Parts: sequence; C-alpha cells; structure tokens
Amino acid sequence: MKELNGSQMICEALKKENVKVVFGYPGGAALNIYDEIYKQTHFKHILVRHEQAALHSADAYARMSGEVGVAVVTSGPGFTNAVTGLATAYSDSIPLVLISAQVANSLIGTDAFQEIDAIGISRPCVKHNYLVKNIEELPKILKEAFYIATTGRKGPVHIDIPKDVTAAIGVWHYPKEISMKTYKPTYKGNIKQIKKLVSLIKNAQKPLFYLGGGCISSNASKELRELIHFCQIPAVETLMALGTLRNDDKFNLKMAGMHGSYCANIALSECDLLIAVGARFDDRITGKTSEFAKGAKIVHIDIDPSSISKIIEAHFPIVGDIKNVILDILEELKKEDFDNTKYQEWFKTLQRYQQLYPLIYEDSDEVLKPQWVIEECARLAPDARIITDVGQHQMWVAQFYPFNYARQLATSGGQGTMGYSLPAALGAKLAVGEEVVVNFVGDGSFLMNIQELMTASAYDIKVINIILNNSFLGMVRQWQSMFYKERFSNTDLTNQPDFITIAKGFHCKGYNVFNKEEFQKAFKAALESKKTCVLNVAIDRYEDVLPMVPAGGAIYNMILPSYKNKDKK
Amino acid sequence: MKRRVISVIVLNEHGVLSRVVGLFSGRGYNIESLTVAPLDDKEFSRINIVTLGDEKVFEQIIKQLHKLIPTYKVIDSSDFIEKETALVKIALSENFAGLDAILKAYNGSITYSDGEFIIVIASDDAKNIDNFLKTMKKYNPISVVRSGSILMEVK
Repeated sequence: MKELNGSQMICEALKKENVKVVFGYPGGAALNIYDEIYKQTHFKHILVRHEQAALHSADAYARMSGEVGVAVVTSGPGFTNAVTGLATAYSDSIPLVLISAQVANSLIGTDAFQEIDAIGISRPCVKHNYLVKNIEELPKILKEAFYIATTGRKGPVHIDIPKDVTAAIGVWHYPKEISMKTYKPTYKGNIKQIKKLVSLIKNAQKPLFYLGGGCISSNASKELRELIHFCQIPAVETLMALGTLRNDDKFNLKMAGMHGSYCANIALSECDLLIAVGARFDDRITGKTSEFAKGAKIVHIDIDPSSISKIIEAHFPIVGDIKNVILDILEELKKEDFDNTKYQEWFKTLQRYQQLYPLIYEDSDEVLKPQWVIEECARLAPDARIITDVGQHQMWVAQFYPFNYARQLATSGGQGTMGYSLPAALGAKLAVGEEVVVNFVGDGSFLMNIQELMTASAYDIKVINIILNNSFLGMVRQWQSMFYKERFSNTDLTNQPDFITIAKGFHCKGYNVFNKEEFQKAFKAALESKKTCVLNVAIDRYEDVLPMVPAGGAIYNMILPSYKNKDKK
Repeated sequence: MKRRVISVIVLNEHGVLSRVVGLFSGRGYNIESLTVAPLDDKEFSRINIVTLGDEKVFEQIIKQLHKLIPTYKVIDSSDFIEKETALVKIALSENFAGLDAILKAYNGSITYSDGEFIIVIASDDAKNIDNFLKTMKKYNPISVVRSGSILMEVK
C-alpha cells in the first residue's frame, strides 16, 4: 500500500477526479498543501486576489463546464472570506468542493491564531461538510466530497483540514466508488406518477411548463425541447433556466416572475396545469403565493423531495432526475393516442399577449439605453458566454439577451451576490477556452471584486467587462423611486472612480463609451484584443427595469413599460 | 400549534447533532425537547425531537431531516410509547404526607436521600410528567430537572 502525506492525498484526489483548474489563495495553515501544489503538474492553480473570488471563479467554472469547481483557502479569515461564495453556490445548487486549511488539531478550540469554527460557519450554506480529524479518514472524505457535490441535487461541499493532517502520513486508499448507507438520491421517477402526469396533460386545456435551474444542472435541455415540441405546450423559464429553450423557440414565453414578461406571468396565472420542472417556486417567481397559478393542478418534478410543496402545494410530485423523468414522460406520451393540437387556442391567446405586451424599451440617440447595449452585444458576438452581476443590468440581460443554449449564462440567482461576476467571468473563460466571455456588470458591483482584474492579466484570461454605468445602485434606486418617494438613501454613486485608469493599472484595456458608435468600436476592439477589457458604458441614469411586480404582489399585477412615448426624467 | 414527536436515526459522528439542531434554528422551527444517544451498534444514534407546528411545518421538517447527508431514517410514527423522566429534590424538613401515593400514581420512587433532602424520580408520558410536577409543588421542591422524550414505535 502506498503511503502519502495529507497534502499529497489532496493533490492525488484532485488528479483522480480529473480536476483541471483549482482556484485559491495560500496562507499559514495551508502551507503544506501549497507546497504540494507547487510540485504537482496535473492541474493549474489560479492565484486569485481575494478568497471570495476563488469560490465565484470555481462556481462559474462549474456552471459553464458542468464539472465540479474546486477552491483552496487557508484557515480563519481565508475561510470566512470564502463563505459568500459557498452561499452563492449553495443557493443555485452548483457542484463545488472547497478545501480549507485549519489550525492543527492540538490547537483547535484554543482560539489559536487564524482559528475559526469553519465547519460551524459553513454548515448552513453547504450541502455537506467535514472536519478531518485524522489522516486515515482523509481519502474517503475526499472521494465522498466529490460524490456528494456532483450527485442528487448538486451543491458545494466543504472539507476543513487541520495543518497536522496535511503533514501526517497515511495509507493512500482512494475508494473507486462510494456507497453511503445514509445518502441515496432518487434518479428514476415513479412510473405511476409519470403515467398520471401523461393523463393530466391529455386532459388539460391550458397546460404550461415552468422550467427552473434544475433543467440546466440535469443537462436536460435537449430532452425538454423535444418534449415541449412533441406536446406543443408553451413554457416559461426562470432566470436560472435561461437557455434551456432557444430564445426564438415559439413555445418559449420567456422569463417569468418579478421582472418577467407579461405573457409569462399571465400564462402562470391562467394555466390549468402547471408542470414545474427543476424549479423551486422562489418568491421572485411566485409573488403572492395565494394568487399563484390559482386554478391550476400543480405537478412538481424535482430531484430534491424537500423542494416539493415547500412553498406551493404540489398535487402531483415526481421525485427524480429531470432528464430521466422527461425521457420517461416522452416514452409514455408516445405510446398514447395523443392529440397535440388541442392547446392551440390557449397558445394563440398567449401569443396575442406577447404581441400586445412585448418586452420593450424606448431607444434613444442622445443617451445609451442598457437594453440597446445588451442587444448590440448579442449582434456583435452571437453565442458568447454571458456572465452577469446582480441588479438592474442582470434583469435587463435576462430580458433582452437572446439565450440560445444551456450553460450560456452564469448569474447569481438565489443569493443575488454582488461582486460575483468578475471572478465568475474568469472561471467561465477557463472552462470554455476560445469562446467569447462577456461580463455585464453594474458600476456598484464591479467595485466589489475589482481586484480580480489583476488575476485576469496575470494569467492572460481574457474577458470583456461591460460596466452598465448609471452611477447608481440601480435596482435599489428603482425601488426607492417607486416605493420610497424618491428618497435615494445611499444609492447615488456619482463619485465613482476612473474605471479606465484602474483597468490600465491592472494591465487591462479600458474604453469609456458614451454613444452607440463608441460602443460598437470599443466592443469590436475588445473582441480583437488579447487582453481583458473594461468598457465603461454611460447609460441612462433613470432607466427602470420593467415589467415589475411589486414585492409581495400577485404576479399578474405588473407595472408595465409605457407602450406609448412618454416623457422621461 | 400541534405537538409532534419525530425520531431521526443518524450516523454517530461528530457534528451531526448540530446539523440537526441547526436545521431547526436556521429555518425557524421549534424544538420543545430533545434526547440523543447511540444505538446498540454505535454506528448510528437516535435523536428524539418533540416539536411544535402545523402539518405543513412537520412535512418540511421531515423532508429537511431526510436531506441531511448523515440521516439514515426519519421515524414519524403515530403509534409509539413515549417516556420522560423528572427528578425532584425536596428538603427533609417538608411534610411528606401523601408522597407515597403520588409516586405510585406516576411510576415514581425515591432514588436518593441523605440527612438534608430526598430526590424522587418519575418516568411517564409528557402530560403525566406535567401533572406530576404540578402535584410536587406542594412539597416546595428545591430543584426540578426534566428530560426530553424518549420513544419507541409500538409496531
């Protein structure tokens, strides 16, 4: 039996798991691990400039590649800096393994230098976590961590490893397979329930698919497209599901919820059969729950039983992996004498809503509209991978960028983590190689992890950052405008730094953009450049994201954009 | 709010109790009482939880408990024997008239005595322990200690 020390075991496990990139930041307790990272050649280590960024980079790497993201940080503040990244990945069910170093076992509990109860802190924001007490259990824990992160409802797993364990020598026995008595996810949907769903579909007049992030993580986009076209049933998507259907798919009613399309929200409100697929009925989708899909029978397909009936009572739960369940539904449907023309009237009504109340904005030649910038970006770089930060720009991208394939978008959905997008864009770029990665970011959020421009230039990771700059914390400003009588408390960011000088200071390229022509020129230059670029785009300061459902309201009560010309502020 | 008793069989490993308790505190569920001890084989522990809520909350508690990686089984039986234990310390200077009859009624006994006080113990279901402690008040207890519920399914 081969004997290795703990740090060698970590590197060996990463090799066995075929990890190609690790994001991290060293420190005292992590010295042994980093010494081994120095010696190995199997994976690339990216030194980020802040631990939070390591997690966001690993997170977007996972979102874009479908593989597991890996990060390494040191004990104490190294770990606590990483917690936001864990919470972000946990909310969006992203497979990720975080290895944190801990003070030596003999020091745990003594308030030692850089000691913190990392396991206690990470517990509510990970799928599972481990404190490795001795070297004998390390190989199994490493294997289990990858297994748990990537199976069932995916999520982050945290391993906290005391410094003495990283130096201790033990027998290297990496399990080939994991079988846990207490953890057995259900992959196959109950066939009786699936047959029941088929009969519900046959008897429905106004059925609707409601697609969530589970469709992406289950890689079920192709199967769902087939099912939706076979049944001729329209679908709405959540923010996390964008790209599951092509943007121009006629059955795609676009995003639903607080900033969803009129048609999508009315479809949710008027359908008589709602088939939720890998969606968790977030309050940003449901609005007032008592008014949500009031007259509909609710079918909920999810791999996580605890998601079912958590917020909206599901009449017909199906627990299983989305792809398997969809394939089974298709098979059952194809056995039946199924008339897919019967929902035509329902679909025509919805199409009328789409024509009457489309997603629109009032373009201008005097001031740049963020929606135009987003659409122009799609014209100039079709099929680019898109990253967003959080806020108004995120919703405009969700509304106006034509997403056409799964994993095209990485965005912090569940947590709405500001500062996510720049490190995420770097992780995404490492996952997708030559493809174009565009990061849409607000001026507020860009400052939250701006130091990662240095990581970008240090490793020649080229991404295009488009700051939709309105010198405001835009979304908060919008709420203050609508619900707080325009008392713009602490949201005015007029005194912003010179982003271009900053970009240059980090050895990146920068362009200030004030009009359409400048944007086109700058974006083309950014596409051709080998360096990471920052486009600081001055947009209309008072542009709002519409439609909007006021928080807690019924989703059919939307504040709509003016469909006529209207004086702007 | 209704009362419900739930037992969870979990891997007997460090940190597992705080995972269970953290789930309750993090989601705002109540824990009325809690007992925990390893099972015979030591591989698993049994955690008995008395909780308050409505049916929707109970359903979520059970699903969330299942979701924890170290959870082997969640027992939510309506057919079970439940016992709590109470210890009551009383000064010897009190008048003990009627104490024997009370102890008999609640499966109780005197479990300790010295020159200054006695300690009585009773094991019964939660409601009877409530009544027992009410009754014992007339002896002016110096201190009272009450356990959480332990339970076993009848079938």
